[in-house]
Amino acid sequence: MPKSHIIEVEHLVKNYADLVAVNDVSFAVDEGEVFGLLGPNGAGKTTVINILCTLSKPTSGKALINGFDVNHQQSQVRQCIGLVFQDPSLDERLTALENLEFHSRVYNIPGSLRKERIEQMLGMVELWERRRDIVKTFSGGMKRRLELARGLLHHPKVLFLDEPTLGLDPQTRRRLWDFILSLRKTEGTTVFLTTHYMDEAEYANHIAVMDYGKLIALDNPKELKSMVGGDMITLSTVDDQKAQAELQKRYNIQARGDGEQLTFEIANGDRFIPTLIKGLDTEIISISLRRPTLDDVFLKLTGRGLRDEAVKSEFKEMVRQFGRHQRRR
Amino acid sequence: MNNLRGIYTIWYRDLLRVWRDKIRMASFLAFPLLFLVVFGYGLSGSMGMLAPGIDFSKFMFPGIIGMTVLMTSFMSGVSVVWDREFGFLKEVLVAPVSRVAVAAGKTLGGATIALIQGILILLFAPLFGLTLSPGILPKLLPVMFLVACALSAMGIFLASRIKSMEAHQAVMQLLMFPMIFLSGVFFPVNNVPAWMGILVRINPATYGIDSIRQLVLGAQSTTSLGITIFGHTMSIGDDLIVVAAFGLVMVILAMWSFGTQE
Repeated sequence: MPKSHIIEVEHLVKNYADLVAVNDVSFAVDEGEVFGLLGPNGAGKTTVINILCTLSKPTSGKALINGFDVNHQQSQVRQCIGLVFQDPSLDERLTALENLEFHSRVYNIPGSLRKERIEQMLGMVELWERRRDIVKTFSGGMKRRLELARGLLHHPKVLFLDEPTLGLDPQTRRRLWDFILSLRKTEGTTVFLTTHYMDEAEYANHIAVMDYGKLIALDNPKELKSMVGGDMITLSTVDDQKAQAELQKRYNIQARGDGEQLTFEIANGDRFIPTLIKGLDTEIISISLRRPTLDDVFLKLTGRGLRDEAVKSEFKEMVRQFGRHQRRR
Repeated sequence: MNNLRGIYTIWYRDLLRVWRDKIRMASFLAFPLLFLVVFGYGLSGSMGMLAPGIDFSKFMFPGIIGMTVLMTSFMSGVSVVWDREFGFLKEVLVAPVSRVAVAAGKTLGGATIALIQGILILLFAPLFGLTLSPGILPKLLPVMFLVACALSAMGIFLASRIKSMEAHQAVMQLLMFPMIFLSGVFFPVNNVPAWMGILVRINPATYGIDSIRQLVLGAQSTTSLGITIFGHTMSIGDDLIVVAAFGLVMVILAMWSFGTQE
């Protein structure tokens, strides 16, 4: 086994009663890379993360982190991973400092290093000034930043980020990512990420796509995009149905219509546009070309848009936060 | 070593949380104090002496101390449900601390809080005509702590199996009140109907209450008020063996339950 693989997953299976949550998944993650795990809600991403961070036991198969078996060497695995969960996991009744002190004690950070590390991390996520405040008074973004600081406090080899920026505003998301990427540079931390945001997935060196518990693609973003087969052309005409039939007949192009416009993939799309304008009998209202995005890849692979999933997640998050709010009163 | 630090850290956090929430702590005291005042002063006059030199409020006082310890430690499991609800349990479960240490830290945390509550009630003793010599404290406090540990372990074990706040509350009420009412807090258990006597004797809380009562009131005066099993009157030592055995089973169950948490 080459040492450079910090995470190795072989034939991982997890069954719940009559549901196969993870179905024979294998992959490897290089040390120091950002690895993205994408998939629609319920595809099995969180189950994979839970198994990797020892919260859940696999039904069969094997997973190694930093050479330690997640099933049999739980303490060693836990010591070398950091987590930022989809759901908040801070003690909101304690101060930021107390949360980090708890963490540094249970992660065996020697007393002499504790203060320095906590100060460094809180400084990095710009919460040092607020260290003595009760976490309950923090905004969503501040809490997530504090969780990030906590997840990194014991200098983990692998940082798991399970939808780390869900429900955060774009500015906070960007800042959070600045921290994560700078950390990767300075500490060489491997980042294992699940997300529904396309732009975040773009940070990944490798992306694995899961659907219905199975791994359906694994490559770098560039190769994944090339799977889509060229450029995306979006066309709007006075009669889309007629245009669709025409494209099929004349150029053998399968265009997808969504009622408002037609979309199709074609190699060298920029050269095809003039041909199309000259050749199409149906009157064209507008035409546009773009390079394929990960969203297109995701749509092609799973039949669902990444964006729709993001909206779904955000909605779920809203409902959950509302529920918590109600209960807390 | 790591596990000891883990136990300490978990224990310390539970105490810190309670310290932050003094109002809740005080509200836990209100209930037993209400019982003491209303029943103690209210019933003492009409009940007369239960044993030579022991009126109803004197009889009830050690029972209420036991009840406070019992209730607080039993309810300490709520912190597990709470942590699950607000996500913090995950932080604990993925930490490189053994689950055995997690269960132990939680149990000790709950027991310590219960002991403090019991001590606070103890301070009211003079109001009910009891003079406690400081000499019994080195015996009484460890006994209270043992009872607290046993009941905390039970509370933690139950809570680790319960997923929601609502369910936890229901289970607590279903179990806690019968345990308190059938433990001899409010009445001597020797003059009850046979069926109730059986329930009282299989209730582990009975022995905790009895040991505290014997210590506070003095063994001599409680021979007529204590528990007899097959003609044998339970001594403090007998009581403590029962409580310790029960506690041991509960601690093992709690540790097992945490070990299998997903």
